[in-house]
Order: sequence, then C-alpha cells, then structure tokens
Amino acid sequence: MLKKKWAAGSALVLFASVLSGCGGGDGGSTTLTYYIADAAQEDVATRCASESGGAFAFNIQRLPNTAAGGREQLLRRLAAEDRSMDIVSVDPPFMAEFANAKFLRPFTAAERTEFSTGVLDGPLKQSTFRDTLYSAPLYGNTQLLWYRKSVLAKAGVDPSKGPVTWDQLIKGATQAGVTLAAQGRRNESLMVWVNALIASGGGSILQPGSENLPANEVKGGINSPAGQNAARIMHELAVSPAAPAGFSTAGEEDSRAAFQAANGGFMVNWPYVWAAMDSAIEEGSLPANFKDDVGWAAYPRVDAGTESAAPSGGLGLSISSYSRKKDLAVQAIRCLVSEQSQKEFMIKAGNPAALKSVFDDPEIREKFPMADEIRTGLDAATPRPVSPYYGDVTGSIQTAFHPPDALSPDSTPREANQLLEDVLSNKKLI
Amino acid sequence: MSTTTSAAPPRPPKETRSARRVRLTDRTRKERNLGWMLAGPAFIAMVAVTGYPILNAIWLSLFDFRLTDPSGRSFVFLGNYVTILTDGLFWKQFGVTVIITVVTVSVELVLGFALAMVMHRALYLRTALRVAILVPYGIITVVSSYAWAYAFSNTYGFVNGLFGLGDFDWFGGTWSALFTVCVAEIWKTTPFMSLLLLAGLAQIPDDYLEAAKVDGATAWQRVKRVILPNMKAAIMVALLFRTLDAFRIFDSVFIMTAGAQSTETLSFLAYRQTISRVMVGLGSAVSVILAILVVLIAVMFVKVFKTDLSQQRGVKK
Repeated sequence: MLKKKWAAGSALVLFASVLSGCGGGDGGSTTLTYYIADAAQEDVATRCASESGGAFAFNIQRLPNTAAGGREQLLRRLAAEDRSMDIVSVDPPFMAEFANAKFLRPFTAAERTEFSTGVLDGPLKQSTFRDTLYSAPLYGNTQLLWYRKSVLAKAGVDPSKGPVTWDQLIKGATQAGVTLAAQGRRNESLMVWVNALIASGGGSILQPGSENLPANEVKGGINSPAGQNAARIMHELAVSPAAPAGFSTAGEEDSRAAFQAANGGFMVNWPYVWAAMDSAIEEGSLPANFKDDVGWAAYPRVDAGTESAAPSGGLGLSISSYSRKKDLAVQAIRCLVSEQSQKEFMIKAGNPAALKSVFDDPEIREKFPMADEIRTGLDAATPRPVSPYYGDVTGSIQTAFHPPDALSPDSTPREANQLLEDVLSNKKLI
Repeated sequence: MSTTTSAAPPRPPKETRSARRVRLTDRTRKERNLGWMLAGPAFIAMVAVTGYPILNAIWLSLFDFRLTDPSGRSFVFLGNYVTILTDGLFWKQFGVTVIITVVTVSVELVLGFALAMVMHRALYLRTALRVAILVPYGIITVVSSYAWAYAFSNTYGFVNGLFGLGDFDWFGGTWSALFTVCVAEIWKTTPFMSLLLLAGLAQIPDDYLEAAKVDGATAWQRVKRVILPNMKAAIMVALLFRTLDAFRIFDSVFIMTAGAQSTETLSFLAYRQTISRVMVGLGSAVSVILAILVVLIAVMFVKVFKTDLSQQRGVKK
C-alpha cells in the first residue's frame, strides 16, 4: 500500500512539475513583458530600453493581427490572472470591458494629468472609463475620405470644395464608372462603419448612459432614423455598380486594393494607406506618380447639413492589474508614449499620433500632407460604444448588419436592436 | 483489499465470488498491483486532462457566467440548454454542419477509395506515390485553409483565373463559400480516408480476386462483388472516424469565412460564445451538446451499422 501511495504521489509531483514548466518565468526583475499590436512598437521599445540605462528591458510579445484576435488573447490571459503580463496594447473599444472586469490598473490622478496633457480629444475620450484613465494613448486613428482627383470631373462631386454625402458619392462613383470602397467584411471594421454612419446621422448604437447598466438592462438605439439611414446607405452602396467586387468580404486592405485599381475612385480608410501606397510604389506595384492623383477630405456625411462623426480608432497602453512591476511599467510607458516615440511610430507605422504637438513637427507635415485633416478628424472622431459588454455589442452588430446587400432600412434596424438586447440579456446566441 | 474467507458455505452466487477471490495468489495480486503502478500515473494524467475539463464544462454549463463579470455568476440549471435549443441559429448551424459533414465524407469516401486502389495496385514508385498522396494530410489545417482561401480569393487567387470567372467572390455567398470550405476539407483529409481504406484493401486475399477473374468477372463486378463486401468493416470504420472529425469542423471555416455568409458550424457557435463573448456557461452548454451529438454519431455507427472497431488495428475476425 505504502509503495503504491508513494508511486502515485511521485507521479503527481512529476506531472505537476511538467505542467508548471509551461508557465514560464517572468524574466528578470527589470524585464517588462510588453504585448504589442504593431511591429513598429518594438523599435520604439528597443530605443526606450536602451535609453533607460538598464532601468528596464522588454520581453516583447506580439498580439494577433486582427482586432478581435488581439482582444481574445488579452481577455483570456487577463481573466486567468496571468502575472507575466505587464504592459498591454489595448484597442480602445475593448478597454471598457477590461477595465470593468478590473483587469487593468487605473492610472493615478497625477499620472492621468501626465498622460492626457496635450492629447487630442478623440483618443483621450476612448482611454477613460467611468472618469478614470485606464490607457495611455499611444496613437489615435480616424478615417478619411480618399479620392482619385482624375475621376472628380466625371463623377460630378468634389470633396476638396466642401463636405460631401454618402449619397452624392454613390451617385458620383456610379456615374463615373468607378468604385467607392468601404469595409463590408464581417469583422470589427464593419462595426466601425456602422457606428460612424449611425453617429453621423445623430444616433448611437447604445442609448446614452448604458455604460453603467447591467447587461440585461442595456437598451439599443439602432431602431431610429439614424439606424435606418445607416442600413439604407450600406445597402444602396452594396447593390450599386460603385461597390467594388467582393464588397461583403472586403476589409481595409481589400479597400485599398480596389482604390488602387484602374477603376478606383473613392474610399473611406485609415491614414495608414498613405504610407502603404509609398511601399507599393517602392515595390513597383504602383506607378511612381500615383500619389499625385490621390486627394483626401473629411469623412463623408449622412445628412448634408450635419457634420460627420468620423470613426475613431487607435491604441492605448495599459498596465495589467496582475503585473508585479506596475511602477516600473508606468516609468516605461512614459517613454513609450513620449512625443518622440509617437512621432517615430507615426513615421514607421503610418498611424497618427495622439498628441497634438506631433502634427506641428516639420518632418511629420512633410510626410503626411493631410496632417491637419487627420488632427481635425481625431478631435471630432466618435468612439464606438463604451460598454463593459462590448464583445456582445460588436458581435450583434456584425451579425445584423451583414451582408450589406441584404440590409433593409425597414427591418434591419429593428432586428438589429432586438438581437442586441436579446444577446445582452442572454436570450439569444450569436 | 479485504478478502472474504468465510468457511460456512453461503448462498451459491456469493460462494463463487468469494471462491474466485480466494484463488488470487500472492503472485497474481502483486502483478495486479504492479499493473496499477505502471498504468496509474497515465490513468491519473488522463483523468486530469480529459475527465476534469469534461466534468467542469458540464458543471459550468449550468451557470449564467461571464468571464469578465465573475460576481454576476448565477445558477440557471438547464436554462442555457433551453436558450440554445430554442434559438433558430443553433438549428441553422446544425444544418450547415450536417451538410458539410455529409458532402465532405461522401466525396472523400469515393476519392479515398480510388486513391487506395491506386496505392494498392501501383507497381512502380510505390513509396513515392504513397508519400505524395499523404502530403496534404501532413499539412496543418490552418495552413491548408489559408492556402485555399488565397487560391479562391478574387484578388490574389488562381482559381478565378484558371476557370475564367473574372472577379467572382467565392466568399460572398453562402453556397460558394461552403463549397470552398468543403474543397479545402476534402483536399486535406481524403488521404486519411484512403489510408484507412488501404488497410482494408490489403486484407482481401488475392485468391478471391483470382477466383473471380477465372470465373469471368469483369473489373466492375470484382469491385462490387468481391472487394467492397470484403471491405465493409474497413469502410465503416473509415466513415466513422471521418464523420466524427468532420462534424467538429472549425479551422477551415474560421480561416476562410470567419463564419460570415451563414457558414458557421456548431464548433464555431461554441467558439463565439466561449471565446469571443466569454459567456463561459452558454459556451460550455454548446460544447456539451456538440459532444453529445458526436457520441450519438459514434453510437449510431457502432450499433446501427454494426461497425467493427477491431478493424482499426487491422485485426481480422
């Protein structure tokens, strides 16, 4: 009997040691594990580490490419109280969910002042939840309307002369025989589009004040004239000749490909496309003078008389509640989001800085001739709904508003609202 | 470990049992103990890594539990199952899963049988041929799904160019998207099917075929009357394995369509509730239902179609 117990016991010990071997250590006492979402963050981190004079070093971990993939990985690890995570890159719409679950360390009042001074409104708004700063904005993002100057005359619309509406663009692109590219793919980019359309029409996906309500009491705001207009515009574009091929599966990169094609005309997209066109020219897949034909303007309007609510994106750096090196992490974030770092990041990744001052930098103004439009857009950008149940919200919207060519202004908003509320109160699946 | 050694003869059934226990010699007992000591750690590990998660999933499926809201956890008993089974989405995805399973497994059976015949009959380059046929099976599903997703893409893909389809968007419609998923699945797992069938083919004695030939049977008659009846057991095992596998399809759908255009399967439903929505209770309930369905398929094959699982090891009755 004794022998048997001993054998079983030793087997368990052996098994446990094998299991714990998977956990991995947390590196040295000055090594911070930094989850990055963009490769260019690593270059900035390397410089910060060397400038710190040994105060901290980074163990870089790359998050999945897609927004949803990044969210899932962070969520899973944070929910498991993974102590090996120190600094995490959080896509702003997901921040509320993490903060509500107490996964993120709130910044102190002094740190809040430090990390929000000089930050543009859009990026700052989406970094706070219940009046607490949970993310230090690293970059802000907003979409612009991009157009090919050569098609304007034929299309009969000129965004450079003043704001244009979606209806004008669809009509103009059809008339000129060119495409109007938007993101109809069923992922986070569809949510970005729906939110921008509803917000531009003066509505909101969730009714105001829902961020403090329990899930089953949250009410949607989609079943409204703004929601109907959104469904109408999406449907009209999807079934019009102006929709690029494969519209219902097109993400940002597919939109860029459509815009760069011979029949490209208009596109809504993030400013990274400007830097991406440079790379395409360098590779030789685009003619050297392609960018001479490219213009940009503010995000299209829904109503001619109402200013558009451009999409808001970006990235914030947060500290895990389970980190053992929180103070050191704050110190490192100071460098990671500094003006110099944001400028460096903007040049390398093409993603706009969150700090106002970066847009006045001569080098930035030279590389990004649309710097002013981006800055204005960032200030007016409307974040996606701030909700601790954002996963359910975006999942319901992506289900209800896809495929765009099957939407109907009469039924989609009502059904979407119902689905959203049912999913939140655990009555339906998505 | 107590042994009953009552001297008074009790009632017959008890007597036989105690008599058998008495017959256990020291040696047998020691051997038995040794067996337990050798197998015990593996047994414990198995229970820990499979039994515990299964029981845990069943337990969790009885709760309304969101991972980001641990304090809001509440016991709902079978509430999650009711939600799932009364939601049209579940039945829709059940239908999609069944369609994918039936289509892929039947095409794989025919193709796999043809490939098995080729591998069995090949006179030259036998090893090279077998390796070539097995290559797709050696490729990770995610990788092969990406390969097929790119192949069918209307911007980078070769499929549209090859068949002159212009910029047709395969992933833009339910049926065309399901078609691509099925193609990727069939390409990837037909080799597995053919391998199992090859084992069955190899068991048919040559005498049977020669006898049939002498009797003047044509090639088709030989396949129909000699090969297929003798391979029935192998075919059923191959079908069982592939059906169980196909029913749990996830990777291809996840990579190729991300579930858009109503191509979501039951595994995808479990993924969406558990991983995306972190509704652990609801997601566990979907997983439990999926597991029950898989068990039902297995039972159906074994009991209704009388699949002989000993064929798996190539043991002939």
